[in-house]
Amino acid sequence: MSLVSLKKINKFYKVGAHALHVLRDVDVDIAEGEMVSIMGSSGSGKSTLLNVLGILDAYDSGEYLLDGTPIRGLSERRAAQYRNKFIGFVFQSFNLLPFKTALENVALPLYYQGITRRRRNKLAAQYLEKVGLLEWSEHRPSELSGGQKQRVAIARSLITQPRLILADEPTGALDSETSHQIMDLLAEIHAGGITVVVVTHEADVAARTQRIIRLRDGKIATEAASTSPTPSTSTSTSPSPSPSPSPSTSTSTSTSTSTSTSPSPGSEQAG
Amino acid sequence: MFSLDRWQEILGTLWRNKLRSALTALSMAWGIFMLVVLLGLGNGLQAGVEHGFADDATNSIWLFAGQTSRPHKGLPIGRRVVLANRDVGKVDALPAVDHITGRYFARGGMFGGEITIRAGAKAQPFDVRAVHPGHLYLEKTLMKAGRYLNDTDVAERRKVVVIGLPVAAFLFGPANAIGRWVEINKVAFQVVGLFDDEGGEGEQKKAYIPITTAQAAFNGADRVNMLMFTVGNAGVAESKAIAAEATALLAEAHDFSPDDPQALRVRNNVENFQTFMQIFSMIDLVMGLMGVLAIVAGVIGVSNIMMIVVRERTKEIGIRKALGATPANIVGSIVQEAVVLTASAGYLGLVAGVGLLQLIERALPPNEMFGPPRVDLGIALGATVVLVVAGALAGFFPALAAARVNPIVALRDE
Ligand SMILES: Nc1ncnc2c1ncn2[C@@H]1O[C@H](COP(=O)(O)OP(=O)(O)OP(=O)(O)O)[C@@H](O)[C@H]1O
Ligand SMILES: [Mg+2]
Repeated sequence: MSLVSLKKINKFYKVGAHALHVLRDVDVDIAEGEMVSIMGSSGSGKSTLLNVLGILDAYDSGEYLLDGTPIRGLSERRAAQYRNKFIGFVFQSFNLLPFKTALENVALPLYYQGITRRRRNKLAAQYLEKVGLLEWSEHRPSELSGGQKQRVAIARSLITQPRLILADEPTGALDSETSHQIMDLLAEIHAGGITVVVVTHEADVAARTQRIIRLRDGKIATEAASTSPTPSTSTSTSPSPSPSPSPSTSTSTSTSTSTSTSPSPGSEQAG
Repeated sequence: MFSLDRWQEILGTLWRNKLRSALTALSMAWGIFMLVVLLGLGNGLQAGVEHGFADDATNSIWLFAGQTSRPHKGLPIGRRVVLANRDVGKVDALPAVDHITGRYFARGGMFGGEITIRAGAKAQPFDVRAVHPGHLYLEKTLMKAGRYLNDTDVAERRKVVVIGLPVAAFLFGPANAIGRWVEINKVAFQVVGLFDDEGGEGEQKKAYIPITTAQAAFNGADRVNMLMFTVGNAGVAESKAIAAEATALLAEAHDFSPDDPQALRVRNNVENFQTFMQIFSMIDLVMGLMGVLAIVAGVIGVSNIMMIVVRERTKEIGIRKALGATPANIVGSIVQEAVVLTASAGYLGLVAGVGLLQLIERALPPNEMFGPPRVDLGIALGATVVLVVAGALAGFFPALAAARVNPIVALRDE
């Protein structure tokens, strides 16, 4: 059974008098443990699709099964539970709370599970360490670089140990060097057994996923299997140092991957 | 739902938005403060007036003997009307009259002057009232020890006196005064009773002696200068009718016109009291209205700010929802925030208002016009609750609206 199953999903935006058809009969299936990228030109509906997947946005028709559960008609409480425990969302614009420290931001999802502050902060510190930002715990987002903010956001998305990570252009606001560090981090998360869906514009980012879903004007154009390795076979969930993704066969990314892994604090300190 | 965590979140938010919190708190505290002060001042004024009435029966009619100002049955004007002890009995015979007393002004003038009371080396002039036993009810005299004057005292012209507590304290110190002798106008009187009076010091520094004894001691024959009687729970119209009836009775006996306003002057306390109460319920109403306006202004202020709060925090709400906050989480924290802020500000306003009233009370010397400006804490607390509920509702509805939209809609807010 797929972890994510979309059947004939349609979504409209009302713009003035008429409706904009943003998603047209979209069918998507994503298996547990997959790492998938969604590509397409600007305005093709990538973010809309990801928001629907993350239960951040509603759709107008079709069926969305998340781990077999129909999402339509889910109560607000159950939806909140899914967002909290099942899904981790990573935004292009980070969406950190500016008045909270990195540690408090990472700990926030646990607040809604009723976990004590002490335990929250202890776990948050562990996850900040995983993304290499332990010494930045007490800094507010305004004192962090874009890459650091995104790593804080990733730590936040991971802290509830979700089964699905959704990332909307997580590298969109970052330079290529920092982008590689973030992609290393996502690859590592995937290697830990978590299903990852990444929206991206960048071919080399997409190339590091197992499968690319292409959208054109709200329709699925092609589904191409990417040529990247599939670490999903190793379902080890142990936090032991997972190897950085081995260089892909794609020539364009192989060099950059190998060079980027070594200086990346995220991949070095993980585990 | 008490949790330290929740409180830290809320206090953190309030602290982060210091200016906004301060403005909310100010409009809240000001409303309560104004309400408390206005109600307190209104009560002070009313207490002053009620104090003026407290020592006298308000259901009473006083009749003063005067001079005729209208010719009657061929008799000239300017004749003195002289009432006598038997007139007291005549008026007492009217069915509507409850308690009655005559007053004889031993030293002449209005109500008579003061007379020196002596006990051993101690001597001081006091207001000595010559009365019938019924005076007890007209003055609302409170007996503390011994007894009041009685009919036998009057019938036998006994030389007995009832004195106020301050008078006893002055003459005899802490020693028991009952049974002791005092000299009034060089005549020895035995103290038979001690009294207190709610009218304050002035009404307590008095002595009462039988009217007949005074008439004999001061060569008053059986002259009565004034009649006072209570009329039960008669209304204004009834009391006027009773006054007219008594006037007609006395006019018949003393040959003056019952319509002569000078021959017998009437003071109808039932009517006076009602007039005062009407004036003061008006003042109360105006004060209350101003207080309510202050509260309304507070409600509007608090509501506006809560609406802005929710508006400002839309994006934050979106982020929190994306991370798993339920609408109940969101609404709960905003409402709790509003309640904490308005309740503590309301409490401050309450304390400040009551504090100011106490300062006024302390600074103001005791006087007849203005009583202690106290406020009904129930009303003040009620007003605080109204503002707190208003703040909570003002937070509740926009928060609910914001918490119900899809997280992505809130997240788009910039
Ligand atoms: N709130 C909205 N109201 C109306 N139209 C919207 C709204 N949000 C998105 N759209 C429209 O829906 C379409 C798809 O938007 P979407 O954000 O999903 O595109 P995208 O593929 O993520 O683009 P980009 O690569 O630029 O992020 C676009 O045409 C956009 O203009
Ligand atoms: Mg997009």
